[in-house]
Amino acid sequence: MRRWLMPCLLSAAATLAGCAAPEPWVKPYERERLADPIMKLNRDALAAKHSEHVHDIREAARGATGVQGGGCGCK
Amino acid sequence: MGRLARRLAAALAGLLGGIFAGGAARAATLPEDRAEALIHAYSGGGVTANGPAVLVRKSIADKVSLTGSLYVDAVSNASIDVVTTASPYKERRNDYGLALDYAVRDSLITLAVGASREPDYRTRSLSLDIAQETFGGMTTVNVGFTRAADDVGKTGDPAFSDRATHWQYRVGVTQILTPKWLASVNLEAISDDGFLGNTYRVARVFGAAVPERVPRTRSSRAMKLRAVGDLGSRDALRAEYRYFWDNWDIKAHTAEVGYSRYLGESFLADGFIRYYKQKAALFYSDNATTETTYVSRNRQLSDFDNLTIGGKLTFDWKKQPGQYDLKANAGLELYNLKYNNFTDVRTGNLYSLRAAVLQLYLTATY
Repeated sequence: MRRWLMPCLLSAAATLAGCAAPEPWVKPYERERLADPIMKLNRDALAAKHSEHVHDIREAARGATGVQGGGCGCK
Repeated sequence: MGRLARRLAAALAGLLGGIFAGGAARAATLPEDRAEALIHAYSGGGVTANGPAVLVRKSIADKVSLTGSLYVDAVSNASIDVVTTASPYKERRNDYGLALDYAVRDSLITLAVGASREPDYRTRSLSLDIAQETFGGMTTVNVGFTRAADDVGKTGDPAFSDRATHWQYRVGVTQILTPKWLASVNLEAISDDGFLGNTYRVARVFGAAVPERVPRTRSSRAMKLRAVGDLGSRDALRAEYRYFWDNWDIKAHTAEVGYSRYLGESFLADGFIRYYKQKAALFYSDNATTETTYVSRNRQLSDFDNLTIGGKLTFDWKKQPGQYDLKANAGLELYNLKYNNFTDVRTGNLYSLRAAVLQLYLTATY
């Protein structure tokens, strides 16, 4: 058993040692466009909350919208 | 063997060190100080709902930010359900929210409480959300939890009193893909327990109106994928898709595509098209022909689709660099709902409705 365990552990260690975590490939100074308001997923909190409320009381699906909040709060 | 263990430990330490070093270069920032004032209006299918809403956010000592919000909904309801089984009514809902954001290292922690009041329905909620930046700020991981409790009453029946409790668990990842593209995935599980129906709604069984009977528990899951990209001409494109399913056997798909573009120096225009489609709940029936434990004729649980188109124009009203930025916004959304198994009992035809949603608001950052 030890005969195959050792090479396996050694190769795993060698793989891990050569496997540094990938570097962030988009540097902070390259993120200017991403910071533009046009790129925001939910730009205005109240408008997003109102739209979600309109959907919540007419459609059965709910959740995973990315709009933070405490639920519909309605019947 | 000892040398091997040391080597493994060194490799593992290197791997973890690389990950944490990638995330340690940045610190989470508080959301900007902001105020919003909104007038909203909905009109369609015999229902009008409108009111004001305000939100104010202010940071204290660069570590904590407080947000207060008030949202008012004045509803006048003469929907098909109401005019065919009851009397039109008017009521008002007030929704209050208070949130505290706390930035610590690469994390933004948000604690929020909310309360919503209608004459016959009260909700209280508590939320905790944590956003953690990692991988050199390229990845943001969000986890959140909400617990809400409702008190359900019935106008004209002071003896009726019930409760509902809701638990929401959410997790999301937002990833910078390239200098121009972002993508996110969100998952949310919601569990409900208690009175989940409507005290006024009736179902139809063998053509006769009977009070609806809805299960007292529900468990749902939703997954949403989203991508947004800068197209390079001061414009951006976004696309999103959500799949929803629950143990009432409802399955729903939501797809949305939007386009945003700056117009000149002062305007930003947004447009979108959204398509929603769902399958009916197991116990939904337009007119049941068998007796079952649960039965509902709630349109929200029926088989239908909803096509929405919308647009918004944002105007840079006033700006003092480094001091404040005031914007005026106007948005209009047009809904077109088509029900595939809900009969308009007045005509005998399948029901459909068109609705318009208007949002007029000011936003200020300072």
